Amino acid sequence: MKLGSAFDEMNGNRDGIRGAYRAYEEWLRGTPIELLIERHQQADLIFRRLGITFSVYGSEEGVERLIPFDIIPRILDPEEWRIVGSGVCQRVRAINAFLDDIYHEQHILKAGRIPAPLVLNNPSFRPEVLGLDLPRRTYVQVAGVDVVRVSANEFYVLEDNVRVPSGVSYMLENRETMMRIFPELFALQSVAPVNHYPELLLRTLRSTTPPGVSDPTVVVLTPGHFNSAYFEHAFLAMQMGVELVEGQDLFVEDDTVFMRTTEGPRRVDVIYRRIDDDFIDPLAFDAGSLLGVPGLLSVVRNGRVALANAIGTGIADDKAIYCFVPDMIDFYLGEKPILNNVPTYRCSIDDDRAYVLDHLEELVVKEVGGSGGYGMLVGPMSTAEDRYTFRQKIDAEPDNFIAQPTLNLSTCPTLVDGKIAPRHVDLRPYVLTGETTQVVPGGLTRVALREGSLVVNSSQGGGTKDTWVLEC
Amino acid sequence: MLTAMLGRTANNVYWMARYVERAENLARLLASTYHMSLLPAAGSSDTSQWEAPLSLAGDRADFLKRYSEITPGTVLAYMALDPENSSSIRSCLRLARENARATRPELTTEVWEGINQTYLEMESMSYSKMVDQGFREFFDWVKERSHLFRGAVYGTMRRGHAFTFSRLGTFIERADNTARFLALKWELLAPSGRPLAAEDYYRWGALLRAFSAFKAYREVYSGIIEPRRVAELLVLRRDMPRSLFACSAETVDILRNLRSEAACTRVAEQIHERLQRNRIDGILRSGLPRFLNGFVVRNNELHGMIGQEFMLVL
Amino acid sequence: MRLTIEHETHYRFGEPAHHSVQYLRLTPRPDPCQSLIGWHVSTPGKCKRWTDGFGNTAHVSVQNGMHDELPVIVRGEVETLDTFGVLPAEDGLPPLMFLRPTTYTKVNEAIEAFATPFIERMRDEGPIATLHALMWSLHTQVAYKPGFTDVDSTAAEALEHGFGVCQDHAHLFIACCRVLGLPARYVSGYLLSRNGESGTLASHAWAETYVEDLGWVSFDPTNNQCATDAYVRLAVAFDYAGACPIRGVRKGGGTEEMTVRVAVAPNHQQ
Repeated sequence: MKLGSAFDEMNGNRDGIRGAYRAYEEWLRGTPIELLIERHQQADLIFRRLGITFSVYGSEEGVERLIPFDIIPRILDPEEWRIVGSGVCQRVRAINAFLDDIYHEQHILKAGRIPAPLVLNNPSFRPEVLGLDLPRRTYVQVAGVDVVRVSANEFYVLEDNVRVPSGVSYMLENRETMMRIFPELFALQSVAPVNHYPELLLRTLRSTTPPGVSDPTVVVLTPGHFNSAYFEHAFLAMQMGVELVEGQDLFVEDDTVFMRTTEGPRRVDVIYRRIDDDFIDPLAFDAGSLLGVPGLLSVVRNGRVALANAIGTGIADDKAIYCFVPDMIDFYLGEKPILNNVPTYRCSIDDDRAYVLDHLEELVVKEVGGSGGYGMLVGPMSTAEDRYTFRQKIDAEPDNFIAQPTLNLSTCPTLVDGKIAPRHVDLRPYVLTGETTQVVPGGLTRVALREGSLVVNSSQGGGTKDTWVLEC
Repeated sequence: MLTAMLGRTANNVYWMARYVERAENLARLLASTYHMSLLPAAGSSDTSQWEAPLSLAGDRADFLKRYSEITPGTVLAYMALDPENSSSIRSCLRLARENARATRPELTTEVWEGINQTYLEMESMSYSKMVDQGFREFFDWVKERSHLFRGAVYGTMRRGHAFTFSRLGTFIERADNTARFLALKWELLAPSGRPLAAEDYYRWGALLRAFSAFKAYREVYSGIIEPRRVAELLVLRRDMPRSLFACSAETVDILRNLRSEAACTRVAEQIHERLQRNRIDGILRSGLPRFLNGFVVRNNELHGMIGQEFMLVL
Repeated sequence: MRLTIEHETHYRFGEPAHHSVQYLRLTPRPDPCQSLIGWHVSTPGKCKRWTDGFGNTAHVSVQNGMHDELPVIVRGEVETLDTFGVLPAEDGLPPLMFLRPTTYTKVNEAIEAFATPFIERMRDEGPIATLHALMWSLHTQVAYKPGFTDVDSTAAEALEHGFGVCQDHAHLFIACCRVLGLPARYVSGYLLSRNGESGTLASHAWAETYVEDLGWVSFDPTNNQCATDAYVRLAVAFDYAGACPIRGVRKGGGTEEMTVRVAVAPNHQQ
């Protein structure tokens, strides 16, 4: 099976330039390709000098790479953004309500809207937060929702990413770089700003402070500078003007988390943690972890420190629970979903599995716990051997796999090998929840640089673009 | 004025500065050795002076295991470029950058980008490239990058703890390097009290240049080069930025501002008082290398106490 | 029955440690079958009370600064009731949660083979009789004998050895319940031994299985009996990792030596 030509962000279905791109396309037509290539190199230099790199897992330790940056922006008009922006906020509101519910009364399970074993028996359902009352009942302060488009009006959510979503620093640096190398384009039209994100993030984090703290101290907790997203952790800490700490910098005493400073211990109230649940407290989770803080869970449960995101949010973006987000929206908000869910086949269900095994060539098969584009089969791009391997895997561990129809992601003009060509893209807006749920206009557009590829992850050769939301 | 910073971060900033300073001083040592080896008197087969850098900042056994013999080329390759030699210039610059990266939020863009750029350029350096561009140019480049680093720190960083611990690292490291470097060269040049011959002037001149002190010597003493005065200049002169006296004066100032009652401040003051009390003739009588080695040991104790006091290094 | 409990654990380190943190699950749970008359947990460090996700009463004890020993002293009195081994399910912990496999309770082929015959039996005789039979079967198959397993041993390993201690029995029982499709959990606590002897045996562990329309039913394969008023419940969890009485980490300290003294005695002077 081969996918037909995809909807293009600039050219639609080859039926004329779309509204959002009108001004840009005109500029592009009048600009020699050499100039684009030159600016592209300039952008590369900027990123390298800034040290915006990520480490690649499985490669030699310390190898740092640049995520390729494409200089042709992905542009959305105000109406398109209204749909995407309100759609992702709606999902995150529902997910926060869901998390608060399943860690307390579990109404949605009792009402039979989600099969109880699917939640309770899931390793991502964490008893450590059972019955815990969180400030503002917020579990997910930061979400990065992956949205794709298949036609002019059809947007789908692929994943909700409510554990420790990354990539927001690229959204900010991409914009910064674009404004530096193409100042003329920003004079041409009004692009909604994104650079207030760190300010909003800080406000969000402060708004979920434990009760009784008037001037909270916020820190960013990183696994350390060998982590693939270390640049981002440092960047956000710096932008917010808060400390970037590692587990060894923190300790627990007297029902309080402290950091070790040159002037002695300082109290910490909110931890924006960029390490997974399993590693945050070696006494409660993975005993071998050196990244976390022994005793942290006790302070969290006594309500004396707040984590962003909370422990146990992983249940909400589990690939099996994903199918039920539209039900959550209906159950908790009484609303209709603004964005579509991709139909999902759970291989643990016999009928679904039979269908999946019969249609491997058409489907995308994902590991339930997988991420980063690893452990994925894209049917239409697969070889007979790939499919054979996956058939075996699914037979061996059906619970571990889900499958979805292969969506023909929209494309966006991209500069590759000195030419402009369409490449598939997705979009990850970042949703913040504190006093309210909000999103900065735009997000991170990821682009699959290999021709025809639908996998946009940076670990799989994906790049990024600046995302523009035009203001009316 | 100062607000607290993480102990670990203080440690990172401190080591960042130490490694940059160490790379610079190593470049100075190698440049001076290289320069002396070009002197007519050196003789083309004389490799003994190339042993000096090895003994100062290398691992002789490790070197001999991987390089067949001591030649200017092998020593330069090992000391400047070898990533497996943890004291090479390349390793120092990599470690400086690693420490900077671990504390990125504390640094200004100028400081970080400077270090990052240095690292990137160093990574692309090879022996053949170094030969092509010339050894001296390479050593000058290392010095320039170090100057740029200090300038960026001085010119852009808020006078907070990150600035302070970076400066502290610079002076602790510089004092150590000056003392060890001078002790080594002193024994090598072995002033015997006899009148200096022509080649000796070159050698002592090269030594002064290695500390950027040739011009200063002329200004201060306005005469011919005498080993005794060279020693005085580099050990006891308060106006020579690379002298032990100047480094320890800066260290005392910094520590008094940080925490005047701390034990490490007390030790820094004692080290400094010892330099104040001494006269060069007295030092020379009991042996300059002995004096310098004693200084290195005390300076290193001070380093350990600073770690305990501020950086909570467990 | 009123029980007086003394429980002392002493850690001695080969060299001084800088910093140590411990989670102590050494206070009886607020369960309907027991009530505290008085209870005291003390350590040389700062000790704060908290409640973990399973509803267990815990303490976090922190000691900063050099120390080369760490005593943990528990003294208290508790009034227990004999509920014939059954506890109501309404304790805030959804039973379905206790169906997940963990490292300790993972089912392997041998466990599956061992437990499978009980599936049919359950159809014929119902869960209670079957679980008693399972308990008896484990009691005889895996003899109580210390020294063959350690705190990290899994249910599968214990079955393979044919020997184990109460921790292994509980894990094995839970693993077998997985095969039967019944929720089961780990309980740690104290046991007043019948002949009044004291020692580490008084620190005990057993299992509970959720039986619909009845609640949590306790099974102690080590002693082949259900819990009585001789049992004091400290903590429940998926397995040992979540319920163990003391879990700690420290910086520095080198080697470690531990001595334990537990005394559980009936208190007749009421």
